[in-house]
Amino acid sequence: MATQQTRSLARFMMAPSVILLFIWMIVPLVFTIWFSFLQYNPLNPIRDGFVWFSNYKLFYSNPAFLQSILNTLTIVVSVLVITVIGGILLAMLLDQPIWGQGFVRILVISPFFVMPPVAALVWKNMIMHPQYGVFADIARFFGANPIDWFGQHPLTAVILIVAWQWLPFATLILLTSLQSLDAEQKEAAEMDGAGFISRFIYLTLPHMSRAITVVILIQTIFLLSIYAEILVTTNGGPGYASTNLPFLVYQKALLEFKIGQASAGGVIAVILANIVAFFVMRAVGKNLDK
Amino acid sequence: MKLRTLTLGMLSASALALAAHAESITIATVNNGDMVRMQKLTDDFTKANPDIQLNWVTLEENVLRERVTTDIATKGGQYDVMTIGTYEVPIWAKQSWLLPLDKLGDEYDVKDIIPAIAGGLSVDGKLYAAPFYGESSFVMYRKDLMEKAGLKMPDAPTWDFIKQAADKMTDRANGVNGVCLRGKAGWGENMAFLTAMSNSFGARWFDENWKPQFDQPEWKNTLQFYVDLMKADGPEGASSNGFNENLALFQQGKCGMWIDATVAASFVSDPKASQVADKVGYALAPDTGLGKRGNWLWAWSLAIPAGTKKADAAEKFVSWATSKHYADLVASKEGWANVPPGTRSSLYANPEYQKAAPFAKMTLDSINAADPTHPTVKPVPYVGVQFVAIPEFQGLGTTVGQLFSAALAGQSSVDDALKQAQDAATAAMTEGGYIK
Repeated sequence: MATQQTRSLARFMMAPSVILLFIWMIVPLVFTIWFSFLQYNPLNPIRDGFVWFSNYKLFYSNPAFLQSILNTLTIVVSVLVITVIGGILLAMLLDQPIWGQGFVRILVISPFFVMPPVAALVWKNMIMHPQYGVFADIARFFGANPIDWFGQHPLTAVILIVAWQWLPFATLILLTSLQSLDAEQKEAAEMDGAGFISRFIYLTLPHMSRAITVVILIQTIFLLSIYAEILVTTNGGPGYASTNLPFLVYQKALLEFKIGQASAGGVIAVILANIVAFFVMRAVGKNLDK
Repeated sequence: MKLRTLTLGMLSASALALAAHAESITIATVNNGDMVRMQKLTDDFTKANPDIQLNWVTLEENVLRERVTTDIATKGGQYDVMTIGTYEVPIWAKQSWLLPLDKLGDEYDVKDIIPAIAGGLSVDGKLYAAPFYGESSFVMYRKDLMEKAGLKMPDAPTWDFIKQAADKMTDRANGVNGVCLRGKAGWGENMAFLTAMSNSFGARWFDENWKPQFDQPEWKNTLQFYVDLMKADGPEGASSNGFNENLALFQQGKCGMWIDATVAASFVSDPKASQVADKVGYALAPDTGLGKRGNWLWAWSLAIPAGTKKADAAEKFVSWATSKHYADLVASKEGWANVPPGTRSSLYANPEYQKAAPFAKMTLDSINAADPTHPTVKPVPYVGVQFVAIPEFQGLGTTVGQLFSAALAGQSSVDDALKQAQDAATAAMTEGGYIK
């Protein structure tokens, strides 16, 4: 039992790290909020000044804004659906005693070790390219016209690439959960006459629910800020077809050098991320309390 | 034993002293073939200047712009030499971000620089960047395919002829596209091409009062022609193709014609890199008979940011890389055809170059045909052939580039793209204080 003194001492000793951590978070945020009220364009320094909320208004009234919100959410939801369903299926497959199990597991997990820009480059130039890509070769082999992924279906292309990268993560977490399922429980269910589907719905899935929650929470945080894959493959285009919120902020900051508007975009992105996180926590986070 | 230790000690001390004297400069450059070749040849420079070490940061065009602009605007001081173009030089020099190049050396011969190029890189008569290579744009075409199509390319074709030739050359079953043009969004990518093209259609970015002109019929004609031409005769995925992508396509024999930078000529006619090297012909950029051709003017140039602490070493390097001596060096190692073109009059007077580079005359004619001070049929308040030399253009050009690449990809109609471009340009010009 800690005494009053030891507790105070502990607080006193922890204080520096807590303060450092707080400064670490608050300083960039304060700067972003401050810049969001300035008309600041380093290429044209004459027009600097305090402009209240006009950067927010300009960012909000940008025709790319609503599209970018929609794209951000589409990417998050689609990748979550693909990786969770695909992850469950792959995890169940990898849980089976198959020949060369170790090798197959490494193969399935390997996309996670590839850095996002590298993965995006490989997908762009070697797999989805309408002239040289593997998909184009396959299409031509069957006498079909190759799909121009980045011109015609840019968002789908980005989603596929991102899902490919995150599938191993989901598989890994879900596999770990699956392996912790008691074999005796499965046997008991089987002896009671439960079929494969019943066992999956009433036993396996509830057992995996906490792992699924972890996958959804962690992935949501990262998927909200997807950027490298878009920069490398479609550059947000054509038009705004694959522009998400982080990419729009990048465009404002580093292509147009409108630092004020980009900061306003950054603040809006933080607020939206918190809203999404709130709903995700409400929807699935309760699983973690059990 | 003692003597050996002493000698070793002295040696390492002198090595340390030398290292302390050696100055290392960081050069940001673009990943185009000529620049990459220059990096391979720098032994010549470091042998003559052992006290200067060179660090390279080689980047793709769009990324380079973003990095050097951020660095110079925030006074980051990462680079001692920057590769920039005719767009940046006048704007940056006016803001005192660049050092004037007045110590290039006695042998440098500034007067030898082609006047159009020197003019684009000077402010108030002072040179602020030294041109590494200069370029205009022209038509590169496959002579064999033209012959097969039963046509003869004139020296100065019209856009109608280009369309007719492209239709006849297109042979999708055999992977041949009639024409390859830039479609990748970016003010220096698709908008460089489309702005130059629009000049020949009588269009302009702004009228004399800075009012955007995308709602005028000239722009509609330009964009509609471009989209129709590319849909009928362009390669798959054209909205992702920039200079490098089209270069690869042309070198592999997948394009009947390619309208792009004159600097590409040395790559498409190099038998080591191009499968069609012996079959390439050249012509001036097309027109519609209105008095302006669709060719641009550009010079990738080396400049020294005002914040550098190593200005002398940097200027020595700039002088070496853009000198006549460097041209001779490339000629001796890789042949005259590979000398960086478009910067010095002496190169075009050199019979050896004329012999080695069949595109020499057409390049010089194209450069001379571009007038940055009068780029359009109707009058404009700006300077620049394929760009508008105002700070806002970088952002606006890229936004409009995105909209036009969407029209090319079929994601939006030509009318929608033009309407959105008009809105974006009006907003940008209002925000920038040009119009009320």
